Amino acid sequence: MSEETQVPEAAPEEPSKKKRDPREKLFQADLPLVLTASPHDYNVTTTPQIMWSVVAALAPTVGVGVYLFGLQALALILVCVVAALATEAGINRLKGEAFTLGDGSAALTGLLLALTLPPGLSLFSGALGSIFAIAVGKQIFGGLGYNIFNPALLGRAFLQASFPVAMTSWIYPGTAKFAAIDAVSAATPLGLFKFEQKATPYLDLIIGNIGGSIGETSALAVLVGGLYLVYKKYADWRVVTGFLGSTLVVGALVYLLDPTAYPTPIHHILAGGALFGAFFMATDMVTSPVNPIGSWIFGIGCGFLLVIIRVFGGLPEGVMYSILLMNGVTPLINRYTRPKYFGEASA
Amino acid sequence: MKLFTFKKGVHPNPEKKFTCAKVVETLPLPKEVFIPLQQHIGKPAKAVVKKKDLVKTGQLIGEAQGKFSANIHSSVTGVVKNVGLFQHPMGSRVEMVHIVTSGEDDWDLLPRPADWKSASAEELNEVVFKAGIVGLGGAVFPTHIKLDPPKEKKLDAFILNGCECEPYLTCDHRMMVDFADRVLDGMAIVMRILNLTNGYIGIEDNKPDAIERMRQKVAERGEPWKVVALKTKYPQGAEKMLISAVLKRQVPEGGLPADVGVIVNNVGTAMAIADAVIDGKPLTERVVTVTGDGVVEPKNVMARVGDTFASALEFCGGLKNETIQVYMGGPMMGMSQFHMEVPMVKGTSGIVAVTKVAEKRNKTYACIKCNACVSACPVHLLPNRLSRLTEKGQPEEAHKRGLMNCIECGSCVFVCPSSIPLLQWIRIGKFKINRLPKGA
Repeated sequence: MSEETQVPEAAPEEPSKKKRDPREKLFQADLPLVLTASPHDYNVTTTPQIMWSVVAALAPTVGVGVYLFGLQALALILVCVVAALATEAGINRLKGEAFTLGDGSAALTGLLLALTLPPGLSLFSGALGSIFAIAVGKQIFGGLGYNIFNPALLGRAFLQASFPVAMTSWIYPGTAKFAAIDAVSAATPLGLFKFEQKATPYLDLIIGNIGGSIGETSALAVLVGGLYLVYKKYADWRVVTGFLGSTLVVGALVYLLDPTAYPTPIHHILAGGALFGAFFMATDMVTSPVNPIGSWIFGIGCGFLLVIIRVFGGLPEGVMYSILLMNGVTPLINRYTRPKYFGEASA
Repeated sequence: MKLFTFKKGVHPNPEKKFTCAKVVETLPLPKEVFIPLQQHIGKPAKAVVKKKDLVKTGQLIGEAQGKFSANIHSSVTGVVKNVGLFQHPMGSRVEMVHIVTSGEDDWDLLPRPADWKSASAEELNEVVFKAGIVGLGGAVFPTHIKLDPPKEKKLDAFILNGCECEPYLTCDHRMMVDFADRVLDGMAIVMRILNLTNGYIGIEDNKPDAIERMRQKVAERGEPWKVVALKTKYPQGAEKMLISAVLKRQVPEGGLPADVGVIVNNVGTAMAIADAVIDGKPLTERVVTVTGDGVVEPKNVMARVGDTFASALEFCGGLKNETIQVYMGGPMMGMSQFHMEVPMVKGTSGIVAVTKVAEKRNKTYACIKCNACVSACPVHLLPNRLSRLTEKGQPEEAHKRGLMNCIECGSCVFVCPSSIPLLQWIRIGKFKINRLPKGA
């Protein structure tokens, strides 16, 4: 491409062809310039980048989970991720569309699901949960972006309903074997408190030396990844703040009612999946509100429901159902929190 | 220093380094010019010259058709070779006057009041109308209409728009530095036409030398005008955003700045007004920024209207071989060009040549409702929703959700991680709504 082709001289008029634009040949020429509709400039963040960043932010949690619960946890995580990818690919094939594995959302769903499962769960159940999460949680609605409920949590809810015993059998860190038979069974801190009124020391909750799901035991690991996401703005700080803030406030109110019967608000935050849910589950962009005020309502609602379920419900843990419930009202929140158009207020 | 700004918006790379320190140079007299009869919003002008006519520089060649139109003048002295359809940089073929220059430069000046300071507002605005002045920020709205707002609107402020929020462009910046007196003369004339004393000059803080120079010149003149430093953000130069940044007033939906008592003009427009009223020169030349990494030697040039992109690029050393895209205007709202034999028009603020196109736009993903577009939209719309509704063939639904408020700044597409052509869909929606029968 020489400069001459880029900057052509005006072609001389040909007297034989009257009334024709003298430069008409330029319109048919094999032109090297790219034509686009404005804007021509884009910032660099892409959707796969967001998804893989969330996966990267989960690395500390995965690391601690595998360290605490051993190879069995690793196997469960891998099975869930692979099952999620395979389901996604299979459904892509059925629908006759291009494979969407590259956007990272399927792998992320599998990983998130695995991290909410008890480490002793059978690999078969894990795979089943992953398949359900992708097929029913996401693809049935039309794929990425169209699902109402957080797919990973929906998969977990499915497993909870299908395998209620396995889903509530916990083991102590460091005791897991591959066949989970010799593992020392344990209760989660929340279960301990709910059924035996025993509070777990905060330090254990922070480090994660307790029974619980693979990804939720270590508050510290969750915080490291979660804060990274908030810093990168891939997780909405309003949702996180609203969620944890309302957990603290409602937790404190309940605690003040009867300090002997209910755990402290700090215990609410550190024990169980509250942090994991607030940073990684509730902030799922697809299933949380679009507008800033909506994000606040969503986060606060999650925290409120969480404490209510934990304290007054039959289950020790309520993160999953609180987020799923708020997912369900997200379209409604979006409808009533539409931002005012520029100039609408004064019109 | 307190910085003002508007809500939301985006931060594209400014890319002004190519030309922000380069003094405006004048292009050599072109050999031929193609002057479109439509360089403004409104009705095209009607040619008043024919083939083989001799024309002088500044002579009227296209007459405004009604009030919502603008005069067109010859930018050179020479012979009319043809009046016909030629390629316009805005993408369509438009009637143009093709003039071959004779080599001289004889001016045909406008009749004007001897001393503008004692002339009446009507007389001055008449000169603005005759000079064919339009908004040089890019919207090319006829200026005489802006300067003659309906009588029932109570005006109390004038804002001179020196934001230049588009990346790459530095023409307004250089005008404020190189032609500071001219720009302020123009502002003074506008203030006189509008009978206002309350004047603001809005400049983004990435142009500290322009802010400094304007402050100094305004102080020298002893005018009460305020130079307002604004936090650099796109699209601050959009009229409504600028008013919101400087005066914290929101122009009502579908309204005009005059509805909140404000008139906004670009610095280029102010300079053109000064040239017309003081020197009698109609709008036949403007500052054009020729820039981008595809240009050998980026420059700010004073170009005659109708001179081709090719001659401006030639003056700047030509295009590099790697150039892949050239647009008129900045990368956010500019118009892609497919060849360089198109004329520079009144609305040509820059010619930007780049060697890279955003790779991102090659692959589109599903909308993940990340709210990036919602946080960016300066008119507070839900771009993802509007584009989706249009895509589904429901532009009427989108219309109910504020579709027509879109100012087409492109911020939503800029931030979209899934590279969804949000604005492009919204444009289609607006087009469909505009084609609906009235009252439907």
